[in-house]
Amino acid sequence: MAQYQNIFTRSQVHGPTDPGVPLYDDSWGRQAEARVSYWLGKIGDAQIGPIYLGFTGVASLICGFIAIEIIGLNMWASVNWDPVQFIRQLPWLALEPPSPEYGLRIPPLNEGGWWLMAGFFLTASIILWWVRMYRRARALGMGTHVAWAFASAIWLYLVLGFIRPVLMGSWGEAVPFGIFPHLDWTAAFSIRYGNLFYNPFHMLSIAFLYGSALLFAMHGGTILAVGRFGGHREIEQITDRGTASERGALFWRWTMGFNATMESIHRWAWWFAVLCPLTGGIGILITGTVVDNWYLWGMEHGLVPPYPEATPAITDPAP
Amino acid sequence: MQLHVLLTRCLAALALVALVGCERPPVESQQTGYRGTGMADIQNPRDPRSADVYPADLEPLPAVGATAGEVYENVQVLGHLTVPEFTRLMTAMTRWVSPEEGCNYCHVVENLASDDVYTKVVSRRMIQMNQAINGEWNAHVGDNGVNCYTCHRGKAVPEYIWFETPATESAMATFAGNRAGQNAPAPEVGLASLPVDPLSTFLESGETANVRVVPKDAFPGDMPGASIQMTEATYSLMMHLSSALDANCTYCHNTASFQNSRRNRSAEHLRLRPIRHWPGSKPTRERRPA
Repeated sequence: MAQYQNIFTRSQVHGPTDPGVPLYDDSWGRQAEARVSYWLGKIGDAQIGPIYLGFTGVASLICGFIAIEIIGLNMWASVNWDPVQFIRQLPWLALEPPSPEYGLRIPPLNEGGWWLMAGFFLTASIILWWVRMYRRARALGMGTHVAWAFASAIWLYLVLGFIRPVLMGSWGEAVPFGIFPHLDWTAAFSIRYGNLFYNPFHMLSIAFLYGSALLFAMHGGTILAVGRFGGHREIEQITDRGTASERGALFWRWTMGFNATMESIHRWAWWFAVLCPLTGGIGILITGTVVDNWYLWGMEHGLVPPYPEATPAITDPAP
Repeated sequence: MQLHVLLTRCLAALALVALVGCERPPVESQQTGYRGTGMADIQNPRDPRSADVYPADLEPLPAVGATAGEVYENVQVLGHLTVPEFTRLMTAMTRWVSPEEGCNYCHVVENLASDDVYTKVVSRRMIQMNQAINGEWNAHVGDNGVNCYTCHRGKAVPEYIWFETPATESAMATFAGNRAGQNAPAPEVGLASLPVDPLSTFLESGETANVRVVPKDAFPGDMPGASIQMTEATYSLMMHLSSALDANCTYCHNTASFQNSRRNRSAEHLRLRPIRHWPGSKPTRERRPA
C-alpha cells in the first residue's frame, strides 16, 4: 500500500521537474536540464538540477581542479608514476610544504614550490565557492547564514595554511596535503607545542564539536519522532504550529525542563557549528605565536592537575 | 532480500574484516601511573613476542683468587676479573650470543687463547663497547646497563639490525614528487608516514639534530629551530623505539606532557623487554652534547 510519510516512504511520486524561480541578474543561466533519480529520492529530493554554475562556480571548479591535479600528480610522481603503487600507498603519500630553511621565501618547485602553488589554487577555489554561495543566497532573497558558516571553516583553513605560517615566518609550519601525513602533522603539532589539549581554545572547539553532534542528534531525533504527526513538514508548522511541534516542545520540557523553539534550535545548531572552527582557529593562531608550551602554560594557570609521583623521577641525560 | 537487510549485513561483514588486524583479547593490563593518567603496560599473552624473555642469570660466583689476566694468556679486556667471574661471564656470553654454536663460535678448541677465529676479535671489540656503554653512559642506560643479550637475543647475528634505510625518493622525482624523506609506509617507523630514517638523522648527523623539540618555557623563545619537521623526526624515532620495545608511548611517558621527565616512568624495566629492533647503530661513537 502506497504511503507518503517521510524519508522512509516506500513510494516516490515523479511529476514534472521544478525549474525554480526565474533568474534576474546574470547571463550564464542554469546548466543542463533537470532530471530525476530514484536512488537520490531515497535520501532526499529525487530531482537533480538544474545546477547554477556562473562565473564564480566555473572559476572555483577550475582552480580546485588545478589544485587537486598538482597534489595528485606530485603524489603519483613520488611513486615513480606506478599506478598500482599510487593506489596502494595513497594514504601515505603527500605534497609537503617547504622545509623551514626557506622561511617565507619561494622555494624551488620540488621543494615546496608545488605546495605553495597548490595552496594558492585551493584557496582561490574555496574563496570563489564562498562568493558563489553568498551571491546565490542573495539572489534567492535568503539570508547569508550558510556562507558565513562556511567562512568559519575557511578561517580555520587559512589560519592553518596561511595566517599562522606567515606570523611564524615559515611555510614549513603549514600542513601537508595528504591523508596520513596531515594526521602526523596534527600529532607533531600538539607534541611540539606541549600538548594542545591544554589550549583553552582547543577545549572550546572540542566542546562545540561534540555539542554540535549532540544538538544534531537531539534535533533530528525530535523531528523524526514527531514525523508521525507531520512534524517534518515545517512549512505548515511555522505558520500554524500543530500537535507535532507542541509534543516536541513538551517532550523536552518534561525531560530537561527547557525547550528550544522551532526557530531557536536552528540558531543553537548554527552557532555551535560556527564556533567550532572559529575557536579552533583562534587556538591554532596563538600556538607558537603567543604560547609555546600549553602544558607549562596550563601549569602556570592551575589547569594541570597536580598528580602525585607514581614512580621515581628520571633526569634528562642531556646537559 | 530487502535493501536495508542487505546493507546491514554488508556493514557487519566489513566490520568483521576491519577486526582482522587486531590481537585477540583479553590482554593483560597493568597500571603503571597515577589513576586517571592512562598509564598502563599492556601485554597480550598470545603474542609470540611475549615468550621472548631474558634468560635467567647464572649463580654469582665469589670474586676470589687470581685474576684471569694472571692465569690465562691473551686476556686483553677482561683481565681484571677473577677466574670464577671470568668463567661465569664466558658461560653467560655463550648463552646470550651463541647458545647453539657454543664456545667454538669464537674459540679454537685446542687453544682458547688464540685469536685465529675472526669472531673472537669481534667479541673483544663488542665487550669494549659494552664496557664503554656501562661505564660512561649511565645517564642513558641507568643501573641496568646493557649486555650481549640486549641486542643478540640468543643469536650470533642479531635478528633485528639496523641498516641505513634506502632512499624512498623516486629516481624520476626531480621535478615533482619529492617525498622529503617521509610519506612511505616504512616498517622502521611502525608503518607511519613519518620520516623513514630517524636513526641517521639523530645518530649520525651529530650536533645539528636535536631530538628535543618541546620548549621548557610556556612562552616563545627558548626553542628556536624546533620545527614541525624536526618534531616529526623525533616522533619517528620514538615510533621506532616503541616498535623495538613492543610497548606503547605510555610505557615510558605520561602523555599529558611528553617532555616532562619528572612524570616519566623510569627505564628500570627496559632490560626485561624484548628489544626487537634495537638499532645496531654506533653506540661507541661519542655524540657531542646538543
